Amino acid sequence: MSVLTTLMEYLAIPMVRNALVVGTLIALCASLLGTTIVLKRLSFIGDGLSHVAFGALCIAMVMSLNNQMLLVLPVTILVAVILMGSNEKRKIKGDAAIAMLSVGALAFGYLLLNLFPGKNSGNVSGDVCSTLFGSTSILTLSIFDVILCVALSAVVVAFFVFFYHRIFSVTFDESFALATGIRCNLYKLLLSIIIAVVIVLSMQLVGSLLISALVVFPVLSAERIFRSFLSVVIASGVIGVFCAVFGIILSILISTPVGATVVCVNIIVFALCVIIGKFFIKR
Amino acid sequence: MAQIKGVDVSVGYEKRIVAGNINFEINEGDYLYILGENGSGKSTLMKCILGLEKVVGGSIVYGDNLKQKEIGYLPQQTLIQRDFPATVQEIVMSGCLNRVGWHPFFGKKEKELALESMRKLEITDLAKRSYPELSGGQQQRVLLARALCATRKALLLDEPVTGLDPFAQEQLYALIYKINKEEKTTIIMVSHDIEAAKKYATHILHIGKEKCVFCTKHEFIKENGGCLF
Repeated sequence: MSVLTTLMEYLAIPMVRNALVVGTLIALCASLLGTTIVLKRLSFIGDGLSHVAFGALCIAMVMSLNNQMLLVLPVTILVAVILMGSNEKRKIKGDAAIAMLSVGALAFGYLLLNLFPGKNSGNVSGDVCSTLFGSTSILTLSIFDVILCVALSAVVVAFFVFFYHRIFSVTFDESFALATGIRCNLYKLLLSIIIAVVIVLSMQLVGSLLISALVVFPVLSAERIFRSFLSVVIASGVIGVFCAVFGIILSILISTPVGATVVCVNIIVFALCVIIGKFFIKR
Repeated sequence: MAQIKGVDVSVGYEKRIVAGNINFEINEGDYLYILGENGSGKSTLMKCILGLEKVVGGSIVYGDNLKQKEIGYLPQQTLIQRDFPATVQEIVMSGCLNRVGWHPFFGKKEKELALESMRKLEITDLAKRSYPELSGGQQQRVLLARALCATRKALLLDEPVTGLDPFAQEQLYALIYKINKEEKTTIIMVSHDIEAAKKYATHILHIGKEKCVFCTKHEFIKENGGCLF
């Protein structure tokens, strides 16, 4: 009983409610897009992008911008478009280039923060820790953050619904789609923009080091159990949302870091799905 | 006018010509085999016909009401597809995508078309099955049904029987032959299976190191006893 009453007390606080709304939406978007990213073997691009977003965020902090999103979002989108586009030609080895980029962005960002500590806080290691691991930033969202997040999530979900069949086609077999007159490059461009948006959004929830978990885990869990693309997409969305809600509430109750808790819940659900898939689903 | 006509085509990578002086002419209902060694440039030529790559020299002309985007394509299997969670029906339906324009979803017409394609390739009973669970031959028939949804005019198949057991190979060849005869669908097959070429083809295009020869099957057998040039 006492757990429930504490929970109700917390839920009465608007900040906590905001965090739940934002967390749920972010998890939904991340897990939907995760289907394409994972199935198309692009997980490492998601990871690289999150580090680029971290670098951009550090620059924004050093410049003490009021709204850091305005710098972080365009930079991440630009890099996403370049990475997804260059995937085709492979002039530089793709995976090495991404590793280079992500580590570079990480180091550069950290260096900048140390050289020019922001005016807002003298605590460099605290700042770094919260951008890398999310920590409490989700509980201090401004109204603008919440509205931005709701709007962007609506765009992402609408994109996914209306372009569902095109996303399937491009994910499953790009060369067939291209040969039969589907505008793959347009959809890939849109996809990379959306991926960048989702990654920047999820940075608020779990921090840039843990984003990949939100993108990758729900899909992998769903894949253990379901066999059609539609059911994997839906299940992945459901799993992602469930883990986010459960993880956020849990973290509030036992006062653990939000991002790490959500990721741990995802890992447990994945393990359960592996077991269910192995022993209870007939192939 | 021919459906597809190649005039002095040369293909290659980044301006390095792999195969040159390729001339050919494909008419409606033809069954063309493109034969050649590995690395001879036959796959590149195929990509040029599909518009996935550009020719280095010469030109490929499309006529007789055939647009480049109306050539159905059976690509080689990719690593991604081998364990992709999708049902047979979902994959076959995706071939209808170029018919819906800007409409986000499929209509009744597309669903019927998908059913018909699946019936033609005898995979109706597999509709709800998951693609990775199927045998190699079944998977190829699924991809062929998808290509049939995209077009009825011409199909281009990239080594479709690679990795199949002899029985599945024969079955697939027979189905392709049936589509060619019954629908008057033009078939372009990239392969190195000379025996199958002698059996099914109407025309043969051999991409060789020294020269490229285009001829009918009868000329091919008469002049060379069916050996490569």
